[in-house]
Amino acid sequence: MSKIVKLKKGFDIRLVGKASQEIANFAPAQTFAIKPTDFIGFQRPKVLVNEGDTVKSGTPILIDKALDQVIYAAPVSGEILEIKRGDRRKLLEIKILADKTITYESFGKIDLGQDREALAAKLASTGVWPNIIQRPFGIVANPADNPKAIFISAFDTHPLAPDYGFTLQGEEKYFQAGIDALAKLTTGKVHLNVDGSKPVPSVFSGVKNAQVNQFSGPHPAGNVGVQIHHLDPINKGDLAWTVNPVGVVQIGKAVLEGHYDASKVIAVTGSELTKAAYVKTYVGANVSTFVKGNLNSGHVRVISGNVLTGEKINLEGFLGFYHNQITVIPEGDYYEFLGWAKPTASKLSYHRALGLLSFLTPKKEFVLDSNCRGEERAFVQTGVFESVTPMDILPVYLLKAIMAEDFDEMEELGIYEIVEEDLALCEFVDVSKHPVQELVRKGIELIQYS
Amino acid sequence: MKFLRDLMDKQRPLFEKGGKLESLYYAFEAGETFLFSPNHTTGIKGAQVKDAIDLKRMMITVVIAMIPCLLFGIYNTGHQSLLATGETTGIWENFGDKAIIGLQLVLPIIIVAYAAGGIVEATFAVIRKHPINEGFLVTGMLIPLVVPATTPLWQVALATIFAVVIAKEVFGGTGMNILNVAMTARAFLYFAYPAQISGDQVWTYLGEKTAVDGFSGATALSVVYDAGVQNVNAVEALNNHNSILGEGLFSFANMFMGWIPGSIGETSTLMVLIGAAILIGTGVASWKIIVSGFAGAYLMGLLLNVLAVNEYMALPPQYHWVMGGLAFGIVFMATDPVSAAQTETGKWIYGLMIGIFTVIIRVTNPAYPEGIMLAVLFMNVFAPLIDYYVVKANKTRRLQRATV
Repeated sequence: MSKIVKLKKGFDIRLVGKASQEIANFAPAQTFAIKPTDFIGFQRPKVLVNEGDTVKSGTPILIDKALDQVIYAAPVSGEILEIKRGDRRKLLEIKILADKTITYESFGKIDLGQDREALAAKLASTGVWPNIIQRPFGIVANPADNPKAIFISAFDTHPLAPDYGFTLQGEEKYFQAGIDALAKLTTGKVHLNVDGSKPVPSVFSGVKNAQVNQFSGPHPAGNVGVQIHHLDPINKGDLAWTVNPVGVVQIGKAVLEGHYDASKVIAVTGSELTKAAYVKTYVGANVSTFVKGNLNSGHVRVISGNVLTGEKINLEGFLGFYHNQITVIPEGDYYEFLGWAKPTASKLSYHRALGLLSFLTPKKEFVLDSNCRGEERAFVQTGVFESVTPMDILPVYLLKAIMAEDFDEMEELGIYEIVEEDLALCEFVDVSKHPVQELVRKGIELIQYS
Repeated sequence: MKFLRDLMDKQRPLFEKGGKLESLYYAFEAGETFLFSPNHTTGIKGAQVKDAIDLKRMMITVVIAMIPCLLFGIYNTGHQSLLATGETTGIWENFGDKAIIGLQLVLPIIIVAYAAGGIVEATFAVIRKHPINEGFLVTGMLIPLVVPATTPLWQVALATIFAVVIAKEVFGGTGMNILNVAMTARAFLYFAYPAQISGDQVWTYLGEKTAVDGFSGATALSVVYDAGVQNVNAVEALNNHNSILGEGLFSFANMFMGWIPGSIGETSTLMVLIGAAILIGTGVASWKIIVSGFAGAYLMGLLLNVLAVNEYMALPPQYHWVMGGLAFGIVFMATDPVSAAQTETGKWIYGLMIGIFTVIIRVTNPAYPEGIMLAVLFMNVFAPLIDYYVVKANKTRRLQRATV
């Protein structure tokens, strides 16, 4: 039974710099990197290559000794340029200098007729597996597990998010193959959740073998965690998997083509870009060729991902494994005279105390910078977190339980149902400027490793 | 503004770690962040942009919402004074004189409240090494509005210090307190110095002059209470009260407008409603608490009508809205987000109970003519209990889902 869910709570952050629906001819990225820090819960990295080695797309370059069935593969063919380590030899990046034409490690087409365990083990050895995320905790799934269901959110409601209908057009065949493979991996259902407020893009419209649900409403309606909460919530002891549509296509390509194709179309967005558009590249691309020479101001912050959940990288940084978007916004390291008191229409606020008349211009797009707009304080305002969290969860009580490291309370208040992105809006709207997402991760880790 | 910024940057090293005045860092920080929004940027991971709101903006909105009450209170203080001495009868006569008398009485109270509280706040911030909290912007304005204009200044100072220390700082500052700070200040005055905050003599400033013959300084609440005791119709008693000063001083309309004796900011229901409109319009205060608070008082008034054994209980319920500090208390005190219930369901119950208790205390308790003060403090104490059950219901729903 497909479900139609209309959500009211939430908030759309409208920003200047939406990508126009075209593939821009930016110079292609030369280098690519796999960053173990992208994979939450990555415990004991073991690098399988040395600097100077040549690899093909799909060559295993990294494993987590705690989950060694899953390999992390080179997204492109080329030469290992650098294995970058930080303090205490912490592995930061494995950089690859890409060949002009990509060659692939072939592992043969994957037969979907085999049993669940064999298929999972096969997929885990191809490089596509890290696309499958386990809930609770938001970590890379264990191929040995049997999830109760698999959830795919077919739309992204984050600020300036890519339109999967555009980036995945023409990939229908692979998307369907990915769904078929996923359907084999669970004894439960595969849920494909589409945007109920728009016509369904062709890539998702004809999909078989999955339950198609419709979600509509402001952000975070597109967050898979919110969707799970309304479809089949995660209780203590439950295990569900989630996959991004881009990951589904990669899985489909592995199944049909027999090699790891890490190519994807990403959105290059943000107010500080002269040209905001889509670009075709590979997982872990160096962003400098898309950004440099495309800036209309000097002092910027480059973000891999979106402004709510992304990660600050520099102009020479690399796209995160799970990110399908880069965002460039102004850096906000300036003082503002009486900044808290001035009446203004150019700042965005969820609160009417600042944006009293903002309802007059609901479609207005804003330029936001990275300034914190105030200092951290104790929790004072109440009811706001609840109004941007379309789940039956009490965020402030949950966060206080995390702060107090109260395990029972965290479980009872629903820590299993969330990852950082589900409460990212709380972090944005918070009057007291708490690091909400950091707290959520701290709570999850407390539970996970207890 | 460049020179101010330069001045700040130049002084900053003095207050930073290792500087001579390191211990005063939070005092410096308070001043600096008041003048300039800081240059902090978001972290490497997590939300890269933030909402433009901060606590300062929120708190100043509450102060703005109180301004109508304050201005009205200043003028009404002068008006009541001249009315009692027979120098004026019309509301807008002797406008300048009234404003000046009001200012002379009210401004010192505000200054004393802010100064006394501010010093305590800053001292604690420096000793306990926490930032100076903006919550005091509100408290410092609330306290003057809930005391009579004749309150001695030393009492204002003492009450403010008591409230800030005992009701707030011992718990760890704004956000941690259990009781509403301003209500605690008033309760302190009420129990420590009842002669200056209750009775018939304190609400109207007379100065050196004498009141006209037959003048009574009683508030509407005590008039109604006496009507209950003497068993005369309460509404008539209100209408006939102080007729020597003019017709219908305690008529419903006049009480709604607020041209009556009382604490400085609480007399005018109209001005309180303007404040409520600002608070609700900006989303700073919970409309649920305000609506349920008024509803609770009305429903309790109706219930008492049904059960009426004396004339006070038979008072039409809408009179409860306009007498005393009920409206002011519900709009500005009960909605304090820190001491109120924090869950959305809890807010309905919390507001409703405040309204109910206010009327019960008013009608049935001979010792305290004003019920809102104790009702708010009482429900402040019970708010965590209400929340406890609302949160428990949430947990139970989650648990039931798992076992089904």
